[in-house]
Amino acid sequence: MAVHTSQSVAKAAGDDVARGRSRGTGNPPPPGRLRRALSTHWYAWTMVAPVVVVIGVIIGYPLVRGIYLSLTDANERNVARSIGVNHMPATYEFVGLDNYADALTGDQFLGTLGWTLVWTVSCVAITFALGMALANILNRRIAGRSAYRMALILPWAIPGFVSVFAWRFLYNEDRGLLNKILSGGGFDGIAWLDDPTWAKVSVIAVNVWLGVPFMMVALLGGLQSIPSEHYEAAEMDGATAWQRFRHITLPGLRPVSTTVILLSTIWTFNMFPVIFLLTRGGPGDATQILVTQAYKFSFEISPRDFAQSSTWGVLILVLLLLFAAVYRRVLRTQGDDW
Amino acid sequence: MRRGITATALVAALALAATACGSDDDSSNSTSKGSGELSGTVTWWDTSTAGSEDKVFKKIAEGFEKEHPKVDVKYVNVPFGDAQNKFKNAAQSGSGAPDVIRSEVAWTPEFADLGYLAPLDGTAALVKQDDFLKQAAASTKYNGKTYAVPQVIDSMGIFYNKKMFKEAGVEVPKSIDELKTVSKKIKEKTGKTGFYLRGDDAYWFLSFLYGEGGDMVNATDKSVTIDDEAGVKAMKVVKDLVDSGAAKTDATDGWENMQSSFKDGDVAMMINGPWAVADTYAGKEFKDKANLGVAPVPAGSAAQGAPQGGHNLAVYAGSKNLDASYAFVDYMTSVKTQAQVTKELNLLPTRTSAYAEEAVVDNEIVGFFKPVVESAVERPWIPETGSLFAPLVTEYTKVLTGQTSPEKAVKTTGDSYRKLLKGWK
Repeated sequence: MAVHTSQSVAKAAGDDVARGRSRGTGNPPPPGRLRRALSTHWYAWTMVAPVVVVIGVIIGYPLVRGIYLSLTDANERNVARSIGVNHMPATYEFVGLDNYADALTGDQFLGTLGWTLVWTVSCVAITFALGMALANILNRRIAGRSAYRMALILPWAIPGFVSVFAWRFLYNEDRGLLNKILSGGGFDGIAWLDDPTWAKVSVIAVNVWLGVPFMMVALLGGLQSIPSEHYEAAEMDGATAWQRFRHITLPGLRPVSTTVILLSTIWTFNMFPVIFLLTRGGPGDATQILVTQAYKFSFEISPRDFAQSSTWGVLILVLLLLFAAVYRRVLRTQGDDW
Repeated sequence: MRRGITATALVAALALAATACGSDDDSSNSTSKGSGELSGTVTWWDTSTAGSEDKVFKKIAEGFEKEHPKVDVKYVNVPFGDAQNKFKNAAQSGSGAPDVIRSEVAWTPEFADLGYLAPLDGTAALVKQDDFLKQAAASTKYNGKTYAVPQVIDSMGIFYNKKMFKEAGVEVPKSIDELKTVSKKIKEKTGKTGFYLRGDDAYWFLSFLYGEGGDMVNATDKSVTIDDEAGVKAMKVVKDLVDSGAAKTDATDGWENMQSSFKDGDVAMMINGPWAVADTYAGKEFKDKANLGVAPVPAGSAAQGAPQGGHNLAVYAGSKNLDASYAFVDYMTSVKTQAQVTKELNLLPTRTSAYAEEAVVDNEIVGFFKPVVESAVERPWIPETGSLFAPLVTEYTKVLTGQTSPEKAVKTTGDSYRKLLKGWK
């Protein structure tokens, strides 16, 4: 449950930024104006109220419930159930912060967190680099530019689970296309999903493939908003291509790239479908990230451990909040305003 | 005017709230009681192998409508691997749960313990209870009540490709050592791998564990035994099979890979049970059914044994149509139905009297598996039995993929067993 919660919070927050709804409202009205805003826009507030209530119920309730469960020893066998003639009351108990102490002192959480960080950093870095390269290429006037753009956006247009399953077929050790190509070239097949190290490479590759279109489109939009006069002036001054890229393109893209890196980090950190559908966290626990492990506690092991799962969910939420706060602060000290 | 707007806003808000909370109660499930005739819908979640067994079970299940024309049987095939979790989700939330579930033997005490199953003693579901094989009936009882009716019983054997064996000039291996030499010979003569070891499901590890004289737990003296010396040895045995090239394995898609490699003649042997027979016969290597040989699993250094498994039919406690569900369970486990299932799918009946039926007597697969089942290793039917595989499979796969040592693997598994079984040694 908490898994869901943290995701929806992250997504909701992400959506806000992505759609740029808050753009232009950089300076929130001072509190004194609230009253006036209320009296002039009361009709708007009324119309918004149902949405606020629904969001409160959809996000607020599960969040509070998740936090509560993380402070108990609730599992499948001691929660209240009422099925037909069988009625069982809840018998779980409040255990305080025990779950958090267990999670933070045990190897499992920290080990999983380690791989989750490697996964997030490498996915975001590779996706960003590739997206940047492709965006720069497609920003030039080349023949068939729109066709290329369409083709590169394609991974985005296919539902995630479909492409993940397609990759799973490609990766199949005996019958997959990748190994057939390798053996055709005289190489030994690779145990893409069965070898712990290769499995890690494989899941990162799929996530990069899925994430590049978003990066590319966002950065392409950013590139097109950089005035061409800057480049012309730089060329007049004799700047090399690298200098132009380093001193015009990169700073010009800054508002876009900071946002997409933040979003991409949050999404990748919680990228459930790629890991779950590709390897289910395996082989063993090699590719298990925090969210898939939290899901495993809550839905795959028996008796289902709701308390531990909620604990992990809350910890994920806290980690992401911390990351967002630090990231924002770093940007602000560098003079960015958002 | 102002008031008008307020009213409109209120109404709009209310309307929104009302639609958001729209209920999707399905009242078409109710039964008309009293008339004595069964009616309504019975939804059955079957977990048999899709593509081969499911067609037969669907046909048989829908045959129930002929006996009870007012009952509508809804057949749903749920992949075996997902069924336990899917049923738990549905049963706990109370929405979307089936009336009847094909519950694997180890799941049954767990579902019963969680309160998801209806007790069947004294209902129409349990007819001639003494007729059921004792081994099959054992898993249906929990805390003195009966919660399910045995549908099929099974164990495991070694499936081999007779043609490939002849080509390589080898005999069926009776021990792990023989398995390795046979595998090596097959590799030399045919270039194919000898044995497929399923690496993503710990059920396939059990016969190796039993072969070394080990077991997961000992319920009589309440102790965890997976981390005994035998457990370590068994892990070493499977690792050696893979490392020496005698066997190949996969950490994902094990079932599909195993079946397709065996069916296409890419491997000569696999360990499997009666549930795989129908699917195997559909493969190109086994168009001539006589090419499939079945033999007891190879013995380890201490013993020889395979797990006893099977499936029960259980009724969901929250079913809105209990009476028809009881009758459906009885129909599905009757001698007549069991004989038909054996005839078409080579599965083993659970009723003693069914073994006298002609279709069963003549069946070769049943003839082979009957004695195997009788000597198979029975697991303790406690609610936790179904929970023992999750920790084991993670470590088993880790051993096979070289991520941990056999010693560490069984120790980690043992630790999680002790956490699960409070107070056990």
